[in-house]
Amino acid sequence: MFYREAGDFKSTYAEDQALFPIALDRWFVLAAAVMACGVPLVASEYWLSTIFLPVLILSIAAIGLNLLTGYAGQLSLGAGGFMACGAYMAYKFTTAFPELNMVVVFALSGLSAAAVGIVFGIPSLRIKGFYLAVTTLAAQFFLLWLFTKVPWFVNYSISGVPTAPPREMFGVPVTGASASVEARYYLVLALTAILALLAKNLVRGRIGREWMAIRDMDIAAEIIGIRPLKTKLTAFAISSFYCGVAGALWSFCYINIVEPTAFDINRSFAILFMIIIGGLGSILGSFLGAAFITLLPVFLNNAPALFNLQISSTLVSHIEFMVFGALIIFFLIVEPHGLARLWQIAKEKLRLWPFPH
Amino acid sequence: MVGEKNEALLKVENISLAFGGVRALEEVSFDVMRGEVRAIIGPNGAGKSSMLNVINGFYHPQKGSITYKNRRRAQMKPHAAAAAGIARTFQNIALFRGMSALDNIMTGRVHKMKRGFLWQALHIGPARREEMENRAFVEGIIDFLEIQAIRRVPVGRLPYGLQKRVELGRALAAEPDLLLLDEPMAGMNLEEKEDMCRFILDVNEQFGTTIALIEHDMGVVMDISDRVVVLDHGKKLADGTPAEVRGDQAVVDAYLGVARG
Repeated sequence: MFYREAGDFKSTYAEDQALFPIALDRWFVLAAAVMACGVPLVASEYWLSTIFLPVLILSIAAIGLNLLTGYAGQLSLGAGGFMACGAYMAYKFTTAFPELNMVVVFALSGLSAAAVGIVFGIPSLRIKGFYLAVTTLAAQFFLLWLFTKVPWFVNYSISGVPTAPPREMFGVPVTGASASVEARYYLVLALTAILALLAKNLVRGRIGREWMAIRDMDIAAEIIGIRPLKTKLTAFAISSFYCGVAGALWSFCYINIVEPTAFDINRSFAILFMIIIGGLGSILGSFLGAAFITLLPVFLNNAPALFNLQISSTLVSHIEFMVFGALIIFFLIVEPHGLARLWQIAKEKLRLWPFPH
Repeated sequence: MVGEKNEALLKVENISLAFGGVRALEEVSFDVMRGEVRAIIGPNGAGKSSMLNVINGFYHPQKGSITYKNRRRAQMKPHAAAAAGIARTFQNIALFRGMSALDNIMTGRVHKMKRGFLWQALHIGPARREEMENRAFVEGIIDFLEIQAIRRVPVGRLPYGLQKRVELGRALAAEPDLLLLDEPMAGMNLEEKEDMCRFILDVNEQFGTTIALIEHDMGVVMDISDRVVVLDHGKKLADGTPAEVRGDQAVVDAYLGVARG
């Protein structure tokens, strides 16, 4: 009733393979885009800087990990390490070439992370599943160790944690603490939208099919003529590119400081949880997962106050951990395909609801 | 169709393959003529699937040579075999279970799609055109196999017979010159077997595809194949037309058996 697929006839394959083949979906996406652009007009600075910015940036990282783990089937715990790689390389690039446009800097830092990702992806030819996860864990620890121990990466700054240098685009400051939160929001929003679109294009074309073939049945994929090493390394490279850009944005547009603790093992796990809860092998799921994992602690922290309960803040943080763990287990058991699948089920129900006969 | 062009598309000579002490194939030689339907039969463990794996490069034989399209090699490589026009289906269905039937068949065309990842990420111009051209070709295969209704269904949800058909579609999508079918009718009922036979013969006639197939159903083998090679314990037992093979005493003893009573 509310969600209609019927009557939407396609007369060319291009129409059938369009990004959003159903008219109602197109309207929905348009509305979401308009709302996203209008957010700064209504949301307070607190909401913009503590909710929207991290959700968008982590969505990029989650898309990156989802390309590798959800689509290509290569389990990785190194997302935090590749984010750190992007953040530190962005710092090196923008301090070495201060005139360079920030979008170019972010792209270059993503490319650096991609190169590192390829190196750490080489074991994936021989190692699978949990064992591969352990080798990517090595990437996580090695990269953070490298950035902490080699002062060249922070231009020999004495504190070791330099602040993100202020940079402008079109005369508007977009990075560092001096930039307005609206400017940072729009920059991050634009990059997120572009990167999400590119990722969606990749997964619906030949490369996405090669990734999924390797994920579902690597032997058959090889006999069809897909080269496993090339395909896996492409997945590692593109995934690391996304994580690298996300890491650079995290340091430059969100926390305004280039520090290793922002990209530790907990970050890697959080991004893995995002794609598991959001939905493996789904771009939309990456967004849903990032929003869910970021918003849940905020909600749990504020929930006692909403219901006028007097609970000590330590208890609240303990409850937060417990609820968090319980929810992850709940999702793994009840809906292993995540929030994206729930969204799909909702659409299927809305076809008939509220007149199911 | 025997000897229609009278030219061997594939010739395997003295192939020996061993896994440690287990000798899977010993000095096996046979050829496949262009345009024929060639059956490989034999009891379980005779080395039939190993032979197919050698032909498309998944196993590397210790001895012998493979001559395909007049090029002689000691062994094939899987992607080289695929690029040279060898496609196959598997004994236990090896579809990509998380993908739709359409995507599975599209995956069979990876060789025909050349655009790099930057073009694909942008999904404009040549990459888009390439995608549409290949989609049109794949739709032709979907029509041919009569699976229009299930193109959007994830293959994991399809019944067995349809999965076999999608797998055949994926192999056909590569426009192969040589199609290797590993027990295409295993586990099917009579009706499904008849459908599959019809598809195999149609592929052979309409597209001129050379077919090498492994099958246990002797009725099917004798009906649709032009020539039959019999393997037993890794060795070649007999080679010839279905009638010749059926009359061969060694084959009767090893495999076919005798109707009694």
